[in-house]
Amino acid sequence: MALLTRTAGALHRRPRLRLALLLTAPLLWLAVLYLGSLAVLFVSAFWTTDSFTSEVVKVWSTDNFHELFTTPVYRQVIVRSVGVALAVTALCVVIAFPVAFYTARVARAKWRPLLVVAILTPLWASYLVKVYAWRLILSEGGLADWMLKPFGLSGPGFGLPAAVLTLTYLWLPYMILPIHTALEQLPANLLDASADLGARTWRTFRSVVLPMVLPSVAAGSIFTFSLSLGDYITVQIVGGKTQLIGNLVYSNIELNLPMAAALGTVPVVVIVLYLLAMRRTGALSSL
Amino acid sequence: MRLTRTLQVAASAAALLLAATACGSSGNGGSSSTGLNPPDLKARSKLGKSEGQVNLIAWAGYVENGSNDPKVDWVTPFEKQTGCKVNSKVAASSDEMVKLMKTGEYDAVSASGDASLRLIASGDAAPVNTKLVPNYKDIFSGLKNGSWNSVKGRMYGIPHGRGANLLMYNTQKVTPAPTSWSAVFDDASTYKGHVTAYDSPIYIADAALYLKATKPELKIKDPYALDQKQFDAAVALLKKQNANIGEYWSDYLKEISAFKSGDSVVGTTWQVIANLTAQEGVKVKAFVPKEGSTGWSDTWMLYSKAKHPNCAYQWMNWIVSPKVNAQVAEYFGEAPANSKACELTSDKNFCTTYHAADESYWKNIAFWNTPIEQCLDGRTDVKCVPYAKWVQAWTEIKG
Amino acid sequence: MQLSRSARIALRVAAGLGFAVIYVPLLLVLVNSLNPDRSASWPPPRLTLHWWSVAWQNSGARAALWTSVKAGLGATAIALVLGTLIAFAVARHRFFGRGAISFVVVLPIALPGIVTGIALNSAFGTVLEPLGVGLGLFTVIVGHATFCIVVVFNNVVARLRRTSGSYEEAAMDLGADTFRAFVDVTFPLVRSALLAGGLLAFALSFDEIVVTTFTAGPGIETLPIWIFNNMTRPQQAPVVNVVAAVLVLLSAVPIYVAQRLSADTASGSRV
Repeated sequence: MALLTRTAGALHRRPRLRLALLLTAPLLWLAVLYLGSLAVLFVSAFWTTDSFTSEVVKVWSTDNFHELFTTPVYRQVIVRSVGVALAVTALCVVIAFPVAFYTARVARAKWRPLLVVAILTPLWASYLVKVYAWRLILSEGGLADWMLKPFGLSGPGFGLPAAVLTLTYLWLPYMILPIHTALEQLPANLLDASADLGARTWRTFRSVVLPMVLPSVAAGSIFTFSLSLGDYITVQIVGGKTQLIGNLVYSNIELNLPMAAALGTVPVVVIVLYLLAMRRTGALSSL
Repeated sequence: MRLTRTLQVAASAAALLLAATACGSSGNGGSSSTGLNPPDLKARSKLGKSEGQVNLIAWAGYVENGSNDPKVDWVTPFEKQTGCKVNSKVAASSDEMVKLMKTGEYDAVSASGDASLRLIASGDAAPVNTKLVPNYKDIFSGLKNGSWNSVKGRMYGIPHGRGANLLMYNTQKVTPAPTSWSAVFDDASTYKGHVTAYDSPIYIADAALYLKATKPELKIKDPYALDQKQFDAAVALLKKQNANIGEYWSDYLKEISAFKSGDSVVGTTWQVIANLTAQEGVKVKAFVPKEGSTGWSDTWMLYSKAKHPNCAYQWMNWIVSPKVNAQVAEYFGEAPANSKACELTSDKNFCTTYHAADESYWKNIAFWNTPIEQCLDGRTDVKCVPYAKWVQAWTEIKG
Repeated sequence: MQLSRSARIALRVAAGLGFAVIYVPLLLVLVNSLNPDRSASWPPPRLTLHWWSVAWQNSGARAALWTSVKAGLGATAIALVLGTLIAFAVARHRFFGRGAISFVVVLPIALPGIVTGIALNSAFGTVLEPLGVGLGLFTVIVGHATFCIVVVFNNVVARLRRTSGSYEEAAMDLGADTFRAFVDVTFPLVRSALLAGGLLAFALSFDEIVVTTFTAGPGIETLPIWIFNNMTRPQQAPVVNVVAAVLVLLSAVPIYVAQRLSADTASGSRV
């Protein structure tokens, strides 16, 4: 017991030691295991593969990156993937805002916890099951066709729009929740003050609500953007013949891991840049 | 300062990890794409005790244990007889099989001709001592010592069976009934958005086969030996086809569900898929069109560093035993490898329908093979396009 | 905020539509689990509980569920420990690289799962293979723990930011040493954040498929992998629907609990 007290005292007097003890294990885990394996993957992007045996040739070469930047199809796929990620983010914001506004400020206070539960429950339904449900909805003669038939239209079928639609659906809760939180915490007196100064609803929304909610929108967008950018399973299931960057990485893993690694660095770089940009808006602290 | 020390430790550990991977030996064995120099591996001389388990990589429908259809099960009797528990992984393509073999976790693989040579060259497949497989003697001679499963007279596997890729179509939605691959190439726009094709670079050979019949001026002899001009023509044809494709399939279940829902109405398939789709209530027909077809001859190959080699040998003997070979051939829809299996099929005409003993038929089926620079049809005046370029082109075709 | 009546009605309608869209696919899954026709045709001819009884007896599903629970518990335990350690370091100390650490912690969940998956797969192959160890459940746990850390971290950091260090200082003024102050004062303050973070880390691990595919050994089948393997098999597809329906119905409970626990962070935010 005395040992314990003495250790406690020593720790108290040495905040640096405390800090080091706190950080050692997690840093070892994150830096060595995670960042280390990412670094190794990045290094392997500079290797090549023997075309016949598919054995990795550990000789430094920038062939993969050269191919990546000169082949038009890779550029197309990268642009398409970033486009999809941005489209999904935009759609999520547009749909999430009214829903979050309702649950945070319009709905009665006693319903709010239940509404939050209602928003979160779909996250527990397996990702695969949700995507397959959409495959059923979008397939020939499925729910989408069935509902649009009276209007003489047909569903979008499988393809890029279907993939965007499904991805939007999947990540919607990730966007609704941060916006809900931010709107809920919006101080009512600010809104009252704005009204007192003569601003009408839309002006208050634009000048007071939006700037305060922006970090949360940015936080949600980190999820919708990054999860859409790297996704390949949804594209395989409802995307028809579409290829996104995740699919290219996946199809190269079998035979050409260095090329897959080179392809994989693209979404990593894009996401890191996106994170750094979002950091300025304070999104990371409101995740 | 303690903190920087922690960071230093972390950094050096990370550096060690990096170094460990950077300095490693690359693959052993000859791997030039101009010739086959497999590493010198020895086959086992005798079998030992069974290890209690065997890990297999197989095409869909080759390793059935009753979980797909309770009446279709040749794994449970094997497990009971040998005490080797079977863990199997269904692979969707030859490329996936090559990759899975490299993980070292599996003991045997049912490799098609476009994988077998790669496995032999890289040293992942070891020669097989056919004396340890009693049922080997009954295998059709046309399957023994083929260019895809043996090198310099040494067998690298036990033949499983062979079959052709077929054109499948929904008889209610596709009329008139097609007779030619043009249904998915030149006439594909009729069913725009509902055409499907096999999602693998090897499918380029199907386009080449079609061009062999429709554009004789290209002088394509072997769809796996394409010089740059022939290759570009095949790729152009496939890019045109891409506009009409709804989705490509690699998972056989995906093709079944696409035909069931009506998202696909015509495309390449295997007999087992056609059978299963018909079982699901869809009216489909599958056949070899007039231009002929690509196909595959599958061989069970043993991993050179297999952890359960005795069970693997027992599996290979089991799967080519007359009764089991008949069962799997009938379930999958392919010609069996064991000549004695023909008497045991439930359909007495099965072997005739599938041309099991008709070697001349198989001359017209272009078995999956690995394209290499040295033209497989013997031409020496040109260089042929190697498989790595096929893979690249396939990505471009899909767009 | 003063909203005109039409604005309120519009919002109600929009929210109603939003919730409808969110729940329609889930209801479809539920209806399909009651669909006697295996091919999940629409509309279903009638409703039956037959598949529910089949699913109940399906040993593959139960084994996969148990594997997922084991993986989830393992990953959550590790994430709780590591996440709390980092959270305390970041919230209660100032040091060079503090911002960088918050950034690095988010990376495992922000970077594409496929990249994390192949990176870990290669790392495990390189490091473990020479030791004769293959991929297995523990590699899955390691992979999951890595991206679950951020969930716990965010919850605990948010709580620590809200509670000032003066409580601990007061305790120490009253004679408690570092450990006593932690056990008696700090821990009860962050307990509910830990629980909420742990629940969400578990949920994250439970549903993860991409990283799991690359880190699971051949015999390891977590529930998402089982679903992936059986989703499209004609005989098994209805069972998968039942499993999915059960997951959704049962999950409302832990979510509600997590909600109540983190009531002062005002949301059971997923992260």
